[in-house]
Amino acid sequence: MNNHKTANAGSATTPRGEFETKHMRINVGPQHPSTHGVLRLVVDLDGERIARIVPQVGYLHTGFEKTMENRTYQQCVTYSNRMDYVHGFGHDLAYVLSAEKLIDAKVPARAQQIRVILTELNRIASHLVFIGTGILDMGALTLLFYTFRERETILDLFEMVSGVRMNYGYFRVGGLYRDIPEEFVAATRKFIAEFPRMLQQYATMFAKNDIFLSRTQGVGVISKEQALEHGLTGPSLRASGVPLDFRKAQPYSGYEQYDFEVPASKQGDAYARFMVRFEEMSESLRIIEQALDRLEPGPVKDPDRRISLPPRSELENSMEAVIFHFKLVTEGFHPPRGEVYVPTESARGELGYYLISDGGSMPYRVKVRVPSLINLQSLEPACVGGLFADMVVNIASLDPVLGDVDK
Amino acid sequence: MDYALELSGALYIALFALIGIAIVFVTLGMSRMIAPHNITPGKLAIYECGEIPSRGTDVQFNVNYYLFAIMFVIFDVEVAFFFPWAVAFDALGIYGVVAVALFLLLLLDGLIYAWTKGVLKWVY
Amino acid sequence: MIDSLLITFLKALLLVLVLLGAFAYMTLIERRLLGRMQHRFGPNRVGPFGLLQPIADAIKSVFKEDIVVSAADKFVYFLAPFISITFALSAFGAIPAGPAGSFFGFNPWIVDLDIGLLYVFAATSMGVYGVFLAGWASNSKYSLLGSLRSSAQMISYEMGLGLSVLGLIMITGTLNLREIVDYQSGAYLLILLQPVAFVTFLISAIAEVNRTPFDLPEAEQEIVAGYLTEYSSIKWALFQMAEYVNMMTGAAFISTLFLGGWRGPRFLDAVVPGISEWPFIWLILKMAIFMFLFIWLRATLPRLRYDQLMRFGWIWLFELAMLSAIVTGAVIAFVL
Repeated sequence: MNNHKTANAGSATTPRGEFETKHMRINVGPQHPSTHGVLRLVVDLDGERIARIVPQVGYLHTGFEKTMENRTYQQCVTYSNRMDYVHGFGHDLAYVLSAEKLIDAKVPARAQQIRVILTELNRIASHLVFIGTGILDMGALTLLFYTFRERETILDLFEMVSGVRMNYGYFRVGGLYRDIPEEFVAATRKFIAEFPRMLQQYATMFAKNDIFLSRTQGVGVISKEQALEHGLTGPSLRASGVPLDFRKAQPYSGYEQYDFEVPASKQGDAYARFMVRFEEMSESLRIIEQALDRLEPGPVKDPDRRISLPPRSELENSMEAVIFHFKLVTEGFHPPRGEVYVPTESARGELGYYLISDGGSMPYRVKVRVPSLINLQSLEPACVGGLFADMVVNIASLDPVLGDVDK
Repeated sequence: MDYALELSGALYIALFALIGIAIVFVTLGMSRMIAPHNITPGKLAIYECGEIPSRGTDVQFNVNYYLFAIMFVIFDVEVAFFFPWAVAFDALGIYGVVAVALFLLLLLDGLIYAWTKGVLKWVY
Repeated sequence: MIDSLLITFLKALLLVLVLLGAFAYMTLIERRLLGRMQHRFGPNRVGPFGLLQPIADAIKSVFKEDIVVSAADKFVYFLAPFISITFALSAFGAIPAGPAGSFFGFNPWIVDLDIGLLYVFAATSMGVYGVFLAGWASNSKYSLLGSLRSSAQMISYEMGLGLSVLGLIMITGTLNLREIVDYQSGAYLLILLQPVAFVTFLISAIAEVNRTPFDLPEAEQEIVAGYLTEYSSIKWALFQMAEYVNMMTGAAFISTLFLGGWRGPRFLDAVVPGISEWPFIWLILKMAIFMFLFIWLRATLPRLRYDQLMRFGWIWLFELAMLSAIVTGAVIAFVL
């Protein structure tokens, strides 16, 4: 099997035994039902085995980073969540954390707790999409509709707070756009109460299914070393036996206050990647529950007038408020010169925004460390030497979102 | 059933098949008359996920397909031998059972040979 | 009693039309049932309960442009759906649907063959040519891989089918489907005498008609749409037709072989005299059970990987069916 890995990149032939075998080169994607978007994979097949696999990315490149360099810091929130449209709050959080560090904003506790609630809810929604579509890639249709049913409840919650079901733009540098509506807490508690039962249902539908087990166990094994070499992060890395979670390792947004486990596995196969995510959903539920308990009335924005807009009531009797309002709306705030990077744990892995400020009101440079793109590198160790049919499972188990890959 | 009746059976089957063929012709003809015909080079290209097809299909594929085809020919022919034996099972009695059991053992032996050779593993 | 040529012709025409109608409505039933199982409605817009949906689908597929890719082998490309649908349709003819002369004085079957069982096997296994030629003629890689896989799968599971019925033939001593049904009315249903063979036969039949969890030929996730990748419009519809007709043949075949075919349960005769002898209704009911099973499986199970499928077929199914045949033979020869 080793000779597959050393297969010559350009040539179509590989020595195997005494025969020269010609590989069949197949394009998988960009228009393909199971690459989760416009991902193109150039696959060389030796019979049914994959001899070489080269991902070609960029079909969905939108130039978000460059666009953000031409927007004020506050406006950038519009763009961040459009990259990973499945875990939008994760991107929003990563961006505002970096920008807040740059300008040294003080985010009120309530805003942080709400952020944690929403990000974790979104993590559950993202994992639901992952499990539904992942099983769909193995040919089971029904679970997708079940997981999307629960995701629908979560999206309703998001609509409640932000007004939209996707591309939320609800977080702001320095806090939140506005406070959550009153009914949100009750609705979230209702969801938390109901969801474990649904998880049980999913478990009976897939985690105990013999065909699912035989399709995933021992498939696409990424060893600990390979995972680290290829820069794998997130649930996929934890499935390979490295329990690295930035919520624990470098806590942000007050994650250090919450009591939760980091599910990990040592197998490193597709099954482990599925189950780590599956267990993460229950942990997210625990975090949300704790955050809801801590939620106390209070401000949701940094009171600093240089960062947050003054309340509407002040505009009528305070000249200063009008001036701050005018400055913020027309040109935004000016962080000091410097550069920041805050790693966060998105549903897919390490996500961080590297921002350089030249002292202006727009970032000088934005570089996003997107987990999907870097995790996609691990497709090679997972797939090469494996079966063509397993490639689909491997793509699904690495959970790339093509918006996140191509930026 | 005598020979003539058997022949009529074949005739009826042929008739039945003809109706099937006619149905296909009717549907294809209908589509030919009704459907638009507006060919562009893009439409005529082979689907390769939106890319220009890289290489032809005259490439090597898994030799296992061939092995399975051979095994199929061997075993299916042998299974075909069983049918007349099964029909005449009562008449042949215990002698028939023993003979076929031996035959079956040889068959199983072949399968086990293929199994141990790894043919059934499909992937090496 | 043998019907005249003209009558047979009319009966065959009727059967073909009924099968095609059943195909159309099976697609609707399948989509509605899948919808039910998946917390959604399924098609319910066209006509009441979506009852006109199949007609809309048929019109649509006729109106779509028929594209023959330039790389294709034109003649074989055309021949493939032809083979598939013709043999799928003709397989049904040997299956009896009622007692002799019960269909307006005519026999409720097209042809009563002494080798009816072999005939159905032969006709259904011709379907593999349609699948293989389709993939080969398209000259596309996905099609080729898909057709190779499906032909290997179909021939492998065909052996499972053949071996499963051996014990049954030993018991009944005939290959005539009408006589097999008659045997079951006199003695036990064959599902009771041959439970293992029934299971292996059912599994093989599901694989033979390419349904989940053995639906690799259309495993759209890896090889897009398998051998159907380059087929569109009416030709694609013909393949779908063949698949559903094969499903129905499979369901009718299993019912006939193991569940007493067109005969209903005897105890109902006490309620309505002669109800167990009514033609058509019992066969259709039994077929419906299996059709539902096919759809149910599709909603429930993921699909097997290719090598797992082959291994399962050759090691488990093949061996189990063989064992069942040997045990049956031994029991009949030495015990009875």
